[in-house]
Amino acid sequence: MVLTPRDNRSFEFMGCLEIRQLLGKKADNELQLLEFIEDAPADCIYYHTHSYFLRHFYLAGQYPNDFANWAVLQVRDRVLGEKLGMVTPSGKKTLEDIRSELIEVIDSHLSSIKIIPAVVNGEPFYFMESRIIEVPMGLSASDLGSFIEAMRVVHASSIYNHIFESRLRVKKGKSDFSIWLEEVLGMNDLADQIEKIDCYMYSLEDLRSKITGLCERRL
Amino acid sequence: MTVGLKGVSLESYRDVAPAGAIDLIYGLARPLEGRSMRHINSTRYGGGVAEMLHRLIPIFNELGVKTGWEILKGTDLFYKTTKSFHNALQGDRQLITREMFDEYVKVNKKNTSRIDLDADLVVVHDPQPAALVEKKKKKKRWVWRCHIDISKPYRNVWNFMRDYVTRYDGAIFSLPSFAQRLAVPQFLMYPSIDPLSEKNMELTEEEIAAELVRLEVPADRPIILQVSRFDKFKDPLGVIEAYQMVKKYNDCVLVLAGGGATDDPEGAQVLSMIKEIAERDEDIYILDLPPDANRAINALQRAATVVLQKSIKEGFGLTVAEAMWKGKPVIGGAVGGITVQIVYGRTGYTVNSVEGCAYRIRYLLNNPAVAAKIGDNARDYTRRNFLITRHIGDYLALMTKMLEDK
Repeated sequence: MVLTPRDNRSFEFMGCLEIRQLLGKKADNELQLLEFIEDAPADCIYYHTHSYFLRHFYLAGQYPNDFANWAVLQVRDRVLGEKLGMVTPSGKKTLEDIRSELIEVIDSHLSSIKIIPAVVNGEPFYFMESRIIEVPMGLSASDLGSFIEAMRVVHASSIYNHIFESRLRVKKGKSDFSIWLEEVLGMNDLADQIEKIDCYMYSLEDLRSKITGLCERRL
Repeated sequence: MTVGLKGVSLESYRDVAPAGAIDLIYGLARPLEGRSMRHINSTRYGGGVAEMLHRLIPIFNELGVKTGWEILKGTDLFYKTTKSFHNALQGDRQLITREMFDEYVKVNKKNTSRIDLDADLVVVHDPQPAALVEKKKKKKRWVWRCHIDISKPYRNVWNFMRDYVTRYDGAIFSLPSFAQRLAVPQFLMYPSIDPLSEKNMELTEEEIAAELVRLEVPADRPIILQVSRFDKFKDPLGVIEAYQMVKKYNDCVLVLAGGGATDDPEGAQVLSMIKEIAERDEDIYILDLPPDANRAINALQRAATVVLQKSIKEGFGLTVAEAMWKGKPVIGGAVGGITVQIVYGRTGYTVNSVEGCAYRIRYLLNNPAVAAKIGDNARDYTRRNFLITRHIGDYLALMTKMLEDK
């Protein structure tokens, strides 16, 4: 099957670098965590639920957000950790939806126990936010073949940028990959398959393999 | 004094950096071509900061960012003062006289007339040259790069330093826990290791074996290694205790390699204590190495079966990344930067006790497949997070942001 682009808009791969900024706030117990999440800038919520992927390109960790990992590893509260681990920004959730869900989970957990769990031997939770600098990678694709070629070699931050940044921070609601496959190549079903991947369950390298695999099956 | 440098080209890192990382750096540097950056610190040789600047600056220049390095010139009293500042900012109570504060200001002031401070971005490293900010021009961007932990400073000195720090456009810390609350933006930037330096470059099996022979370390049994200063915070006595627990189950040798005991009375005391224990066990090797023993450390890390960094207080602890880069499973104390380098159970183990350390050594010695898998993960994790290529990108990204915010 020969694929011809519907128009001449090629896909330009953009990598990214993250500048991490400390907010000067920390939580030593779960109530302080809750209170700061209520007022935190949206970029802070985004950082602690997404930046994880940029730090762990290759390793899929225990839970896909910093709040859950802190509860488990530093406070040693496995129950809250498990509950927070399920707060993943899949579907059509906005950052405010994620914030509300985090608040609800912690609030309900604290309501059910008598003593507020706090850090004893571990580290406090340090609140941070990040700013993404986009970088042109000098790679572009005009059809599915060249898209696959580029996907194989592009810096993993490009995969992060076109999936997570595109969906939530840039608020396109979809990955750039799906939008391009749909709008330029007219491959709506392939775009749907990519959108159905539960991205929060994979590392960036896993996502690279998954997306490339789906595309290869269409060649 | 302006430092002239000759370094390794960025392309040399293509084979060791993650896929696409070098192209990412080129892309990031392109809009910054022709802009200028100036780094200022107080020493040309010795210490991690100078070591890293020697490598970073030629690469920034190769990328078209005109980068210079200036060294502050001080007096004996100035260096005595800044040594006290250094200790005070890390929490030690220090006696600092009015004369010492005055000398700090006087030396910085004097240097403003001889150091070229005209650059788009000026990066001032650590407390010694921090007061140069008095000469900051309004349109130029200045950041203070703090390499030490100032979270619990001796207030007298911090109150004095804060007046300078808050005149910067931002401050950079190596860990969130090292920072202070400040009225200026605070950024996080991990330090890095250079995979092509003598301490981290590839060595052949023959070269490793030759170094072990030279150091008189046997290669016929698993080696448990800790590389660090002979300092109580690195817990060498705890390491020996853990080794003694393991030794009841597994035949192995312990190597404690380090230095720093010559200029530190407390270090000399620690060294003498561990030497006394080592005299009673022929499988404990204490190597008091000179500061330039990079090749020896490289070979030891490559020959080791398990590497320890069982600190009870730590800065960033880059020896962990050095060992991880060599594909070794590392067991580290759950303190400082060790916790960001070791992802528990994936790239090593963090431990909180001698028993925890002993258990994990035994586990790794008896499960070589697990140790190999953890070592592979550790190398890859270091490749992506703690190599100089990531550090170059961080500085360029910061420069982009600082110049955009002007």
